[in-house]
Amino acid sequence: MSIDTSKVATSNSSAAVAKKPGRAGVVANWADERLGLATAMKKNLRKVFPDHWSFMLGEIALWSFVVLLLSGVFLTLWFNPSMGEIHYEGSYDQLRGVAMSEAYASSLELSFDVRGGLLMRQMHHWAAMLFIASMMIHLLRVFFTGAHRKPREMNWVIGCLLLILGTLEGFTGYSLPDDLLSGTGVRAADGFMKSIPVIGTYMSFFLFGGEFPGDAIIPRLYTIHILLIPGLLLALIAAHMLLLVYHKHTQWPGPGRTEQNVVGFPMLPVYAAKAGGFFFIVFGVSALMGGLLTINPVWKFGPYDPTKVTAGSQPDWYMGWPDGALRIMPGWESEFWGTTWSWNVFLPIIVLPGLMFTILLLLPFLEAWITGDKREHHLLQRPRNAPTRTALMVALMTFYGLMWAAGGNDIIAIKLHLSINQITYFMRAAVFLGPVLAFMITRRWCISLQRQDNEKLLHGYETGVIMRSPEGGYSERHLPIDTAKAYALTARDRDEASYVPVGTGGGTDANGIPAPVGRMSGLRGKLQTLWFADNVQKPTAAELEEAHHHAEHEAHELEGVSTDGHQLDGHHAVADEPLRRDH
Amino acid sequence: MTDARDHESHENDPHEGESSQNLPDNPAGSAGAVPESAEPIADPGLPAHAWRPADVDPAHEKRAERQVAGMFGLSAVCVILFLVAYFTLDIGDDHDTVGGLGASTVALGTTFGLALLLIGIGIIQWARKLMGDHEISELRHPARSSDDDRKATLAALNAGLEESGIGRRPLVRNSLLGAVGLLGLPAVVLLRDLGPLPGDVEDDQEYPGAGLERTVWTKGMRVVRDVVGTPIRAADLEIGDLVNAVPEAFFEVDEEGEHLIEGIELQIAKSKAAVIVVRMEPDEIIPGDGRDNWSVDGVLCYSKICTHVGCPISLYERTTHHVLCPCHQSTFDLADSARVVFGPAARPLPQLPLAVDDEGYLVATSDFLEPVGPSYWERG
Repeated sequence: MSIDTSKVATSNSSAAVAKKPGRAGVVANWADERLGLATAMKKNLRKVFPDHWSFMLGEIALWSFVVLLLSGVFLTLWFNPSMGEIHYEGSYDQLRGVAMSEAYASSLELSFDVRGGLLMRQMHHWAAMLFIASMMIHLLRVFFTGAHRKPREMNWVIGCLLLILGTLEGFTGYSLPDDLLSGTGVRAADGFMKSIPVIGTYMSFFLFGGEFPGDAIIPRLYTIHILLIPGLLLALIAAHMLLLVYHKHTQWPGPGRTEQNVVGFPMLPVYAAKAGGFFFIVFGVSALMGGLLTINPVWKFGPYDPTKVTAGSQPDWYMGWPDGALRIMPGWESEFWGTTWSWNVFLPIIVLPGLMFTILLLLPFLEAWITGDKREHHLLQRPRNAPTRTALMVALMTFYGLMWAAGGNDIIAIKLHLSINQITYFMRAAVFLGPVLAFMITRRWCISLQRQDNEKLLHGYETGVIMRSPEGGYSERHLPIDTAKAYALTARDRDEASYVPVGTGGGTDANGIPAPVGRMSGLRGKLQTLWFADNVQKPTAAELEEAHHHAEHEAHELEGVSTDGHQLDGHHAVADEPLRRDH
Repeated sequence: MTDARDHESHENDPHEGESSQNLPDNPAGSAGAVPESAEPIADPGLPAHAWRPADVDPAHEKRAERQVAGMFGLSAVCVILFLVAYFTLDIGDDHDTVGGLGASTVALGTTFGLALLLIGIGIIQWARKLMGDHEISELRHPARSSDDDRKATLAALNAGLEESGIGRRPLVRNSLLGAVGLLGLPAVVLLRDLGPLPGDVEDDQEYPGAGLERTVWTKGMRVVRDVVGTPIRAADLEIGDLVNAVPEAFFEVDEEGEHLIEGIELQIAKSKAAVIVVRMEPDEIIPGDGRDNWSVDGVLCYSKICTHVGCPISLYERTTHHVLCPCHQSTFDLADSARVVFGPAARPLPQLPLAVDDEGYLVATSDFLEPVGPSYWERG
């Protein structure tokens, strides 16, 4: 191996110049001679990250995961994942002498006999809520702005896996204290598994180590919760971050921001400070929530007993939507040749989540297949500029929201004094009609917003100045928006540039015969037409030119008139006021 | 680290020439590369940097500096308060002093939270007010490797494969694939002892009622009240009463006073044998086929375990004889063989046939005649 003498020489000479090599310099030199850190870091220390509030959502997820790791390690020091039966003798009076599992007893010990234990338990639970909620909102941000498009499809897939693993992690976590509420959830999970054709009963017996509840489920969930899933989460988060660095972050279009560059603050110091500071903020908010807001007070539920249940039993909110599907499903079950098919459980709780998750995972590929768009995209789109995509996600959100509401049908019935039967019948129809309606409304809404953008580009913004013509007619004056804003509005693709029409993408072979049209291309063509139908395109230069000509004429008329609404009523002198300060 | 091509100077960048092949055209349409009509407004370029008050006014700068340092200082104060709270405030007996939470939890959470928040806000204030705020621009490169790199990689891969001879020696390749594939078997088989098979439980019954299809109920076993274990006389029940009950076996003790069924066995037995006993006007009962003599003076007994996914049902409406499962709102009509009247459950609650013993207490005349709880594949 050759020695890089230039480096040695440089470091030697700089060390010689200084009176004494700084301590940091010595350490850095030691490390670099072994790890080659300088080469690895020279590009990344000043790596550019674009700035926008919505890019912070994924950061909340990342930092709450760190909070989960830290608080989780604390909890493992006291929690005892055992279903061995003991009689509680701790500080909590109401349960003293009651027979319970060691898991539940150690949860009580953590809450009442370990200083800061309850704080950590609640921080852990709140951070889990933040983790999952911020992942969901981050996912919506990514999809609505088109950040899932090439080359970031794999990061979308990783993100979806993180979401489902996070959900499972949450379920296994809140089941661990072995209290009555979570035990009821585990009991239901046993019923879910048993509904799976052929292997369901075996799965239940293998998971529970025999018949429900057995004595194996808590230790097994514990291993899954503190080792298996966190390991997978860590690996996937690392991959997610590495891909983010490799692709460089997307950015909003604007003056000087193009598909070819990335504009923002360097990693060191600004971005590192902001992101690092934000870690402390997420940590601090989790601590405040853990200290001030009660969550999952397991001592109030009592230990798990298969003969008991509380009214209003519900899973954590992120498990709510399949529970809603389970509630509104008609009670269908069939028997064939001595076997039982529990459609009423299997379809809503096993098939539906699997199906929805698959759809979520495939969204970027589905969109790319329909549009035929093979280009890389680094500029974000405003949701309105992809009306069909936006409407599609809103339809999915509506489906999710209705299912989630159905999961609280008993609470809604009680709080709003409604009939639970009628809510259920309503939901059975609404989960099908709601998304369709939401799709249509969102799509038209987006298109209207596109029209409004064009309106602004062509005719300027509304000044609020009402002019009366000599004939007595009233009209509002418009003024052109500033160039930077106008440019940002036009910095989007025309739809004809965004897709490859069916039949033209395949090219021709050596004999000039077009590539064969695939069996699905008819469907693809129709979908493509629907995908872009009625979208509004940005104005052409000629249209803009003409409109500006008109606008200049109007501005001229307004010259010398300030626009705060008092210019004509004599409240103050207006002679040297600018037309509009900063719009 | 991940992108070796990631630098700001591009003189020697081998990809410079192809950087546009995969990226869309610059929407600004520089140098008229795109038709003039396509891009209505030319990119005005990055706006000029605007100086912040702290950049130009030393007083402002000093104030920002004091703000940041002040927040760090306050954070340290919070940590001291945290330590004071930790060592002075009791937990245990005082777990609901402040707003339903212990003084210790509230104080620790508040001081710890503020200590962290102040550091976070201080750092961000520092970044916003005092650190350089010049936006810089970096060029992107297509995610794909360059054609040269692809060629080199393919060549290396082919050379490696060629030298391994994997293509020329199908015997070696296929036997290896087969052997590695078979390694999946131990991985699966090793999990076999996670639990007994559903059928096994039936064979080696450790206690009466093991097995999915049976419970601990047997002919002549008394129906006793949950928790207290006292037997129930039919005459003691009022019309409209609902009693949570369990088999007497749960309270049986041996000569040393030890429970015969306890711990996990008890939990398993409970999850299947729990029942509800209701009394209604005998003429309101619509007896099911062959169930004419399953009730005693209008007293009926049903499994408490929901046939949907196994929650214990609990909410009883005496006027309609409907009982509702609180988990997913399946509703059963207890007067009509616990028929499902609403909700996602598919099967009625299994009924336990009742009689009275010599002393007038309610007893079961047999086990349930069908499996209780959620449906499963082998149930039939």
